[in-house]
Amino acid sequence: MSRTFVGWPAFPEAAVAATSDEQLRANVTRATGTIRAKRARLVAERPDWEDLRDSAAALKNDVLAHLDSYLLQVEQKVTAAGGAVHWARDAAEANRIVTDLVRATGEREIVKVKSMLTEEIGLDNALEEVGISARETDLAAAIVQLGDDLPSHVVVPALHRNRAEIRDIFVREMGRHGRPAPEGLTDDPPQLAEAARLHMREKFLKAKVAVSGANFLVAETGTAVVVESEGNGRMCLTLADTLISLVGIEKIVPRWQDLEVFLQLLARNATGERMAPYTTTWTGVIPGDGPQTFHLVLVDNGRTRALADEVGRQALRCIRCGACMNICPVYERTGGQAYGSVYPGPIGAILNPLLKGPDDPQTASLPYASSLCGACNDVCPVRIRFTDVLLELRHQVAEGDAKVKHPAEKAALRAVGAVMDHPAAWNAAVRAAGKAGPLVPKNRLPGPLGGWTDSRRTPDIPKESFRAWWKRTEGGSR
Amino acid sequence: MTSARDEILARIRAATADLPADPVEIPRSYLPHAPGIELHDREAVLALFAERLEEYGATVHRAGTADLASALAAALPAGRVVVPEGFPAAWLREWTGEAVPDHPPLPHAELDSLDAVLTTCAAGVADSGTLVLDAGPGQGRRAATLLPDLHVCVVRATQVVSSIPEVMARLDPRRPLTWISGPSATADIEMIRVPGVHGPRRLTVLLVADSS
Repeated sequence: MSRTFVGWPAFPEAAVAATSDEQLRANVTRATGTIRAKRARLVAERPDWEDLRDSAAALKNDVLAHLDSYLLQVEQKVTAAGGAVHWARDAAEANRIVTDLVRATGEREIVKVKSMLTEEIGLDNALEEVGISARETDLAAAIVQLGDDLPSHVVVPALHRNRAEIRDIFVREMGRHGRPAPEGLTDDPPQLAEAARLHMREKFLKAKVAVSGANFLVAETGTAVVVESEGNGRMCLTLADTLISLVGIEKIVPRWQDLEVFLQLLARNATGERMAPYTTTWTGVIPGDGPQTFHLVLVDNGRTRALADEVGRQALRCIRCGACMNICPVYERTGGQAYGSVYPGPIGAILNPLLKGPDDPQTASLPYASSLCGACNDVCPVRIRFTDVLLELRHQVAEGDAKVKHPAEKAALRAVGAVMDHPAAWNAAVRAAGKAGPLVPKNRLPGPLGGWTDSRRTPDIPKESFRAWWKRTEGGSR
Repeated sequence: MTSARDEILARIRAATADLPADPVEIPRSYLPHAPGIELHDREAVLALFAERLEEYGATVHRAGTADLASALAAALPAGRVVVPEGFPAAWLREWTGEAVPDHPPLPHAELDSLDAVLTTCAAGVADSGTLVLDAGPGQGRRAATLLPDLHVCVVRATQVVSSIPEVMARLDPRRPLTWISGPSATADIEMIRVPGVHGPRRLTVLLVADSS
């Protein structure tokens, strides 16, 4: 069974472990630094970059405002083109649909194109429970899967690993899942890529069933779009007999023409390339070319919850380019796994609480995993205002009906509530506070309150309460 | 019992009840053409197309219609090459290798064992260095351009547009489209670009002038 983020510690705790791992920090810093520089160069090449962002944000706003009719349009077009459309309310339902579809084919080993959504719903484990092995074919996703590791980035899931670590994983694990790593494999990146090519080719040629996600789904035509670099996507999307694509309901773009906006933004912002080497688009089943059975599974899994949040719904414009994590000073120091989710970095800090609700300590800690510097706002191709959403979610955690508050804050509020209910106790407490005032340390409060004074000075507590002053001076007249 | 479909649609309607029913106005002030290229400067478009493809590790040769056959003979390996239906036979007259038809469809293992695939394309995009294949005549099915290690593609100059916005209207979304921008590559290991992972490791483009 693959590892999952279930039971992961809250961000502050996970971040302590991550920031003290020097190898990890070095790997993450090198990777994010490289992508940032490439992206900056390629974005500077477009005099119309800000115009493209305006169009992309508006297009996604249109999709979200009319999501019901766009989804019905997709359903109709895909069905008319020979595909089957399924709807899944949550992860369990999506996993059940896919498991049933794969079982019906009788296949026990299937291939996968990297998909954040299938990671989000834990599809690999659900399939494994019924005896189906789902093999990741993207190099980075395969490194994570072979290493029984967890992803740390949405575009480059193994960015926290260096070449020596990858070589060790290949040598140790490849043989257990098919063709072993070549004898004498070194940590030279071309050699490692070649080892992956040989290992995967064997699987592509015999796979009858493939599972993918999609980057975009065109409402007007029912066309699905997958953008990738290595060709593993093309292998899965064209060599299998049955293709099952799981797509989050927010992945829609209205018209065929609108792809021109997103195709110009995605690779440039994600990896600093003008286009990723391969983009595949297909509409339903194409007789004589590619899979002759196509299933599209439309997945909610919290997206409608996020959609109902007036400030937070803009997070659903996300096209998963990963630029927000590449630019984030917090991500750069902790890497992605500290966020305890397949969506790390700034988008993870807002998307997870929006999808799941901030009701457990791990999810509720995420809106605080930010310095609010706003660099993510500047690089987002669909103009998500991360800082607005982060502040709104902090507000919801602190003031709203989220079941989780800071434990010390919760205990304090409970104690204050009890005292305020009893006037005599309240007056006594206020008098005691005046007397205790000089004894309260100015620079660091003890115990769980200490965090508050890390960056603040404790205010002076007045010797006399307002009530006492009012009484003594007869309302200030004496 | 409510179906998942009805329930999701109902959740969406409830979640978006506060939003106006009118369509959102979409600004479209981005460039319709490649930055820095004059609209009618065909030579600049073709030069940019070649430059961008080469930047990503593709090999680009330019030929006239008259010397296309010899250029192809030079670009193709001597061995067995899959040539889809509809590829002009006259272009192959100087090449001495074996043209393998994909009709009936070759098994995947057979495609995998061939030395190259030779196709035409549906369009080219200069700004992004992209070829678009749509399974039309001379292009074949998608598997055929994927398994052999070398892809040789003939692009007519009239097929090349400057930008992605220009190419959209030329393409039919009902067809299976493969957009190819340089050969297969990965940057998953320490962000170092390594050419050739699962798709063809080598991409050769023959750009054919329209004149004569």
